[in-house]
Amino acid sequence: MAKVSMTVNGKAASGDVEGRTLLSAFLREELGLTGTHVGCDTSQCGACVVHVDGQAVKACTMLALEAEGSEVATIEGQANADGSLNTIQQAFQDHHGLQCGFCTPGMVMSAAALLKDNPKPSEGEIRDYLEGNLCRCTGYHNIVKAIMAASGQDVSSIAAE
Amino acid sequence: MLFGKDDKMYEFEFEKPSTVAEAVAALADEDAQALGGGQTLIPTLKQRLAMPSKLVSLTGIDGMKGVSGGDGMLSIGGATTHAEVAEAAADAYPALAALAGQIGDPAVRNRGTIGGSLANNDPAACYPAAALGSGATIMTNRREITADDYFRGLFETALEDGEIITAVRFPVPQKASYQKFLQPASRFALVGVFAAKYAAGVRVAVTGASEEGVFRWNEAEAALDADFTPEALDGLSVDAGSMMADLHGSKAYRAHLVGVMAKRAVAAAA
Ligand SMILES: Cc1cc2nc3c(=O)[nH]c(=O)nc-3n(C[C@H](O)[C@H](O)[C@H](O)COP(=O)(O)OP(=O)(O)OC[C@H]3O[C@@H](n4cnc5c(N)ncnc54)[C@H](O)[C@@H]3O)c2cc1C
Ligand code: FES
Ligand code: FES
Repeated sequence: MAKVSMTVNGKAASGDVEGRTLLSAFLREELGLTGTHVGCDTSQCGACVVHVDGQAVKACTMLALEAEGSEVATIEGQANADGSLNTIQQAFQDHHGLQCGFCTPGMVMSAAALLKDNPKPSEGEIRDYLEGNLCRCTGYHNIVKAIMAASGQDVSSIAAE
Repeated sequence: MLFGKDDKMYEFEFEKPSTVAEAVAALADEDAQALGGGQTLIPTLKQRLAMPSKLVSLTGIDGMKGVSGGDGMLSIGGATTHAEVAEAAADAYPALAALAGQIGDPAVRNRGTIGGSLANNDPAACYPAAALGSGATIMTNRREITADDYFRGLFETALEDGEIITAVRFPVPQKASYQKFLQPASRFALVGVFAAKYAAGVRVAVTGASEEGVFRWNEAEAALDADFTPEALDGLSVDAGSMMADLHGSKAYRAHLVGVMAKRAVAAAA
């Protein structure tokens, strides 16, 4: 057992972990932040995407101890201070960017990482960026549309799918 | 505190040194293993295909990170992520930066490292094609290994136990391109060809295709030395008998793709 400390959604967080404890397990089981979903646990699906020091990573493929001293952001910290949905979350709701919602935390975290680096991505850039985020419900169109809308781009010409 | 779901991996100790010397010392223990970005090793441990007693993370070693260049060479620290290479090498060696920017997906690129990719030497990985196709030098804590001597077949390299890739030095070509035929499920290359034109000659390296792992296609290199055009490869083919076969592609299909991707690489070289 070793002690690990990090900042999660702006708050100090620490706990005792094993060498093998994954960041996803630390967030979910120690901190109770179960919004970070574990879909495949084989680094394929992206449901577990969180930000570590501002970069999107798969929390199921990073050891908790590797995040020592880092700033971690999860879906739980994405809403506005008053609890209302942030722009990306609201756009997912408005454009029907989710159905069962299982992939959504990872989709929102990936979208946030993309828009931070590329505030007005093209449709192709969005699809490229989401290569590691799998959704078995929506067929992706409305996710892409939501992200375009969240970036302030006109989506009226993109047909509803 | 117990984490039931992590029982899938055998327990190990974890160390995160900040210098190469400390990492080398930590790796001297029997069954200790280096951890780069973990994008290959963590899934392997989850499958219980390895049982290291200790993982020594290289991600805290600042001296092993970053891209620097000059005098026609580009040096990349062994713990530099794919995302960083995609960005920092874009001007100096665009074909290499483009290759790094096509590995897996953004989250994989934010963790995975060049040293981890070359140490792993997956037969469908991208960096081995760049290293062999550029005639790069693999720098370790012990020695320098030319790419021609480094790759030894599927998942096999010249690295010895406890040896760390500290940097990779790439001679910058006049022009080059990597063309990857995506295997969409794994996001690795079904077949990938790296072609680079140097004053000293053309190098063509092929990944994803051969049962022996990454290889140089000498016949294509000779033809391109004489005439660096896609047409120069007309009529040339690799021996299908030595190609890999799996549910994604037969031997003949892969052999055909090698020719197609090589032509595309020459056409796209910049
Ligand atoms: C979804 C997904 C898609 C991917 N797609 C691609 C792709 O398209 N193309 C591609 O090439 N790769 C792909 N990869 C693999 C990815 O590039 C890995 O990052 C890489 O193969 C391993 O690098 P790592 O730093 O994560 O190493 P790790 O997983 O940490 O380690 C891998 C091996 O290398 C050893 N090692 C690590 N660093 C060093 C070092 N500096 N010196 C000596 N030994 C070291 C470790 O001990 C271990 O044996 C993909 C991976 C995933 C999960
Ligand atoms: S749970 Fe991490 S990638 Fe699927
Ligand atoms: S909404 Fe169900 S997996 Fe994406």
